[in-house]
Amino acid sequence: METLHLDLPAIQDASLNPRAALYGVVSSGNLEVLVERGHDATRCVFEVQTAAHGFVEVWKAVLTDFAARHPVGGLSFAIHDAGATPAVVSLRLDQAFQSLRGA
Amino acid sequence: MRSSKQTLLDRLFPMGHAIAQEGLVLRGWGETKQGRVHVIGTTDHAAIDTRIALTLSDAVLKAIAADGSDPRPIVFIADTQGQALSRREELLGLHGYFAHLARCVNLARQQGHRLVTLIDGEAVSGGFLAFGLLADCIVALPGAEVRVMDLRAMARITRIPFERLTELAQISPVFAPGAENYWRMGGIHALWTEAEDWSEQLLVLLQGNPEDERARLGAERGGRMLAAIVAQQVFHAH
Amino acid sequence: MRGLAQSYREALARLRVQALLDPGSFSEWVGPTQRVTSPHLAALEAPVSFDDGVIVGQGLLHAHPVIMIAQEGQFNGGAVGEVHGAKIRGALLRAVRDKPGAVLLCIDSGGVRLHEANAGLIAISEIMRALFAVQEAGIPVIALIGGACGAFGGMGIVARLCDVIIISEEGRIGLSGPEVIETVKGVEEFDSRDRALVWRITGGKIRRTLGEATLLVDDDIAAFRAAAGEMVGARSLFLKKRGLNPTTSSLQTLQAAQQQLGARAELDAEIRDGQVLWSRMGLGDQVSLMSPEQFNRRLEALES
Repeated sequence: METLHLDLPAIQDASLNPRAALYGVVSSGNLEVLVERGHDATRCVFEVQTAAHGFVEVWKAVLTDFAARHPVGGLSFAIHDAGATPAVVSLRLDQAFQSLRGA
Repeated sequence: MRSSKQTLLDRLFPMGHAIAQEGLVLRGWGETKQGRVHVIGTTDHAAIDTRIALTLSDAVLKAIAADGSDPRPIVFIADTQGQALSRREELLGLHGYFAHLARCVNLARQQGHRLVTLIDGEAVSGGFLAFGLLADCIVALPGAEVRVMDLRAMARITRIPFERLTELAQISPVFAPGAENYWRMGGIHALWTEAEDWSEQLLVLLQGNPEDERARLGAERGGRMLAAIVAQQVFHAH
Repeated sequence: MRGLAQSYREALARLRVQALLDPGSFSEWVGPTQRVTSPHLAALEAPVSFDDGVIVGQGLLHAHPVIMIAQEGQFNGGAVGEVHGAKIRGALLRAVRDKPGAVLLCIDSGGVRLHEANAGLIAISEIMRALFAVQEAGIPVIALIGGACGAFGGMGIVARLCDVIIISEEGRIGLSGPEVIETVKGVEEFDSRDRALVWRITGGKIRRTLGEATLLVDDDIAAFRAAAGEMVGARSLFLKKRGLNPTTSSLQTLQAAQQQLGARAELDAEIRDGQVLWSRMGLGDQVSLMSPEQFNRRLEALES
């Protein structure tokens, strides 16, 4: 297991009133994302636990991109990963965020 | 009957016993200082199939019917390598036979029969779940082997190196075979030694408590720290 | 109007729970935010899950309060470990106290989790005892089986202890999985890659045929919901119609079951494939073509 903690600047969508929720599943090539309210409206926090070693830089790129694309300020994302590809990670995070919006 | 089983029965019931072997099933009675008890079990590391399961459930039902309002204790002797592995048995619904046996054992408890399991030989997974593991009180005799799966097979399936498993098994009772591990986790109440007087030990167990306290025992013994707490958390959650 | 079918088999456990119960009625106990994960998986460097692969809580089914237990088959094959098992046991013990209309047990599990095999085996035994306590309190336990893992190992036994089993064609129940039997006994005994054969040995239709399952339904969460709703809402009616009242076992009911199971075990040795049994019953080769509804009706006619 490798763990990664990332705290990124992000803008907040004040209309969002998130309830904690879990998306996805920890199965081979997949991951689960637990979305919760964070402590700082201007930051987005990621906690990643991954079974795949040596991909810290890739994770940073994917998560930074995600935080830039969505108003995720004030949220925290905890991830348990079982070897998902960057594309799957992005997809799951997008899905989690869309669900949060009630879309 | 195997001489080792005969020796066991002689040690448990020095005042006398009449236990017959039918296939790989043992059934009959033993005499204790507190009176007669039913004895029902398996021998020769039996692979439990539908017929054995049915013979065991029949023995339990007959014990319940015979005793009526004066339920005597039932001593189970568990010696099983697990369930029979066969396509026909699966088709017939071996799991359903095991469930039926479990229901019979539970009915015996409800009717007031004290239930004690003695593991003599092997106790493995499905064959153990169906009856032995459901007793009020479970004891491993010296040399008893208790497991779900040996470490080599486990290493193959989980893809965790065998050496790593062996190393971890030294500090954790949670996955490796062994009666002592099950004792630490509360799944086995007592480990008997050769030197003890088993007929006297049995009398103590017959006074046992029919409540399921294994999770609490596992925490007390330090082998299973979460089972009781998490069940309580769920029980009290808002 | 009926919406598009939502496959029960394909859905994750969380979606099943939401769609089985009345909208918005579910509240979870010891949910993912509490992060009660398995220390044993972590010790083996295996990925953990925030809910340890099982969801427990309460909700409403057609306005009747129920306790819901749902295993996630995609996490470690829905296998039972210490935390997972304790959550199920806690929910069952809670049923004894809270007396809901029913317990829904969505089984999707290969049995014991090998990474914590001893804890898992003991936990399943504890679940069995807690399940008996629920039934003794007069609360029916309804098993729903339609996930990819089916109900195997100890969870196959647990399934059969339930009062009612609702299963889809794709659902499977057994003790040893086909792969295990093939590995130990050889491919001649059981070819685990022959999916049609596996289905004829452990699938929903053969289980329903043998009386090892109560009702066959489409692989559609709404169908599972409707079937479970019928049993909770008009439970006595449903059970009476089928002559079932197994919630509390008595010496008489178990003696009758003993007879029935005895007769089944006497079936001749030729019967090693569900197809042979169906042919003898005059169902011939129509079985795979029959819809769950047609199949239930046909069997009910044969049974009466």
